[in-house]
Amino acid sequence: MKKSHTLALYADMDEAANALKELKSSGMSGFRMEDVVVKSPIDHPELSELLGPRPVYIQWFTLLGVLLGPTTGLVLIASAQASFIYQVRGGRPVVPLPPDMVLTYELFILSGVLMTVLATFVAMKLPGNRSPLYNASVSEDKIGILVKADPQSIPQINEILGRHKPLEIMGDQAR
Amino acid sequence: MSHSVHSHPQLDVQVERKFIPKQKDLGADVTWAKINKDVLRSLEKPRPVFWVIFFSALALFSFGVYCEVYQYQNGMGVADLNNPQVWGLYIATFIFWIGMGHSGTLLSALLHIIHADWRKPIYRYSEAMTTFTLLTAALFVLVHMGRLWQFYYVVAYPNERWTWPNFTSPLVWDATAIGTYLTSSLLFLYMGMIPDLAICRDNARGARRALYRFLSMGWQGTDRQWANFKVAYMTMACFLMPLAVSVHSIVSTDFAVSQNPGWHVTSFPPYFVLGALYSGCSGIITLFIVLRYVFRFEAYMTQPILNKLIKMTFAIAMVWTYLDLIEYATTWYGSDEVAKADLIYRATGDYALQFWGMIFCAMVMPFTLLIRFVRHNYVVLLIISLILNVGMWLERFQIITPTFAKSHYPWTWTAGWWPSWVQWGIVAGSFGWFTMLFMLYCKIFPSVSMYEVKEMVHEQNMEEKALAAQTDVHEAGLVPEMKGGQA
Repeated sequence: MKKSHTLALYADMDEAANALKELKSSGMSGFRMEDVVVKSPIDHPELSELLGPRPVYIQWFTLLGVLLGPTTGLVLIASAQASFIYQVRGGRPVVPLPPDMVLTYELFILSGVLMTVLATFVAMKLPGNRSPLYNASVSEDKIGILVKADPQSIPQINEILGRHKPLEIMGDQAR
Repeated sequence: MSHSVHSHPQLDVQVERKFIPKQKDLGADVTWAKINKDVLRSLEKPRPVFWVIFFSALALFSFGVYCEVYQYQNGMGVADLNNPQVWGLYIATFIFWIGMGHSGTLLSALLHIIHADWRKPIYRYSEAMTTFTLLTAALFVLVHMGRLWQFYYVVAYPNERWTWPNFTSPLVWDATAIGTYLTSSLLFLYMGMIPDLAICRDNARGARRALYRFLSMGWQGTDRQWANFKVAYMTMACFLMPLAVSVHSIVSTDFAVSQNPGWHVTSFPPYFVLGALYSGCSGIITLFIVLRYVFRFEAYMTQPILNKLIKMTFAIAMVWTYLDLIEYATTWYGSDEVAKADLIYRATGDYALQFWGMIFCAMVMPFTLLIRFVRHNYVVLLIISLILNVGMWLERFQIITPTFAKSHYPWTWTAGWWPSWVQWGIVAGSFGWFTMLFMLYCKIFPSVSMYEVKEMVHEQNMEEKALAAQTDVHEAGLVPEMKGGQA
């Protein structure tokens, strides 16, 4: 079924929190708490807690980066040095590990950073299109609660959202 | 009727209460809407002195470009660089600029990791400073080489002629470390700006709007975006701090792994890192005062924040002083007679003025920061912060030039060597280049982090709310059994 959206704007964080609590406890059909999105000018862990678990997987990509980067880097450096194996080295090692560790360390950091950034953009769905229900005031000082639900549930959701002194409630066409 | 402390829900928030109330970093009149308004205004209408600074910097940079073109066309001889004085001002200034960037990372990464909230209004421009100082430092690698087309030999990549770079050379380490640092700092700066770029997008018009729309990439401030953003930002901060330490340690190995007198010192890496932090902190104080006036950031760049910055600078200056003295003591009590002679030459020879100038500017002048008048008088503080950086630049000069002037072999001695006007011109141009880029950045991008200052305001409000709630509970006599220090 096509879903509809509704966005309520709040000036007060406590009211927004109360609206979320009531939505959560309403138990109505045609709507899931996972489809509720809070938009705010800063991170609000207090509100995020009410939304339930929203796992973050970025650290796994970081781990992948810090494992692959130095390994690949060291292999490349060592293989480059090993290509001079027939050159007279005066008793010094062909692949001197201690000095190679410097570049390996730098590649460890670089690949960790790059993988973190890449994973972040994927996780944040950026670059992305702005939702039609975006309101610029959520980047200033308002808190927005965006709910995606079945069209028949929207009136009831709006009623709940409206009970907590919203500044405005906006909706879109079913899609 | 007696109530248990734990039975009152408002007491769940633990708030430290002292007899002397803590001075707030931000005033009570700062609201979220005001933050947007003030910072966005800084992008539109800075004070007219902005243009004076910008065009002065442009003029200086143009002169630097002229000197570089002159050097390129006539050869390195016009710079008076010759054996053994092969580095001159270029590498001294290169180290100076690399060092300047470190405090940006200290403020933006280390203080972020330890949740020192006072950094929030000032870390953005510090991070920008890091990025632009690295760009400036990178120029000196090219300038110093003279033959620009050979730059790719220092980059660690394979090529079909099997002329691999020497992976065990500190110069290749340098190029890799600085490349990594520049890339990571740029990404860290950009990543941290995304929520603010969205604010700019929502309020700008015309070409600026298009720019911010492109750069903010559709950020909407959703809870999922914030959750991912916070984890990513913290992760990057954790990478940045050791990276910054490694970069300047590697720069120090350019010297420390050589046999030149005065350089072969074990304490060089920490000495360089601390020197970098020291000059960077002084630079941040300079820019603090300039930006505060030029962009009217009086509400955000406040005296309590400046006090903390000054305390940090003073502490770092003292550690640096200690390491510098340790370096001299190691040489003095060591068995390397040439190094000892080099130390005496530094203090009493042709470059004694620079040596004692460094001692005065970088070791004595920090003590003026202990004077309240200095901390509160911005003109005096601006001058002192500049003097500290002159001291740190002299430090780099006197590491390099006296050592080359009087090294192991008497037939290479070039006592009294002095750089040519071309070198001075390029060094001056680098200051113009940095200032120009930095001021341009502050005019186009928010140099105060709006969302983080909002977090500060939010936390201050929550704290006040909790304090008020506690006061109410006390006044109502609900917690008679609690003692002053605990409440």
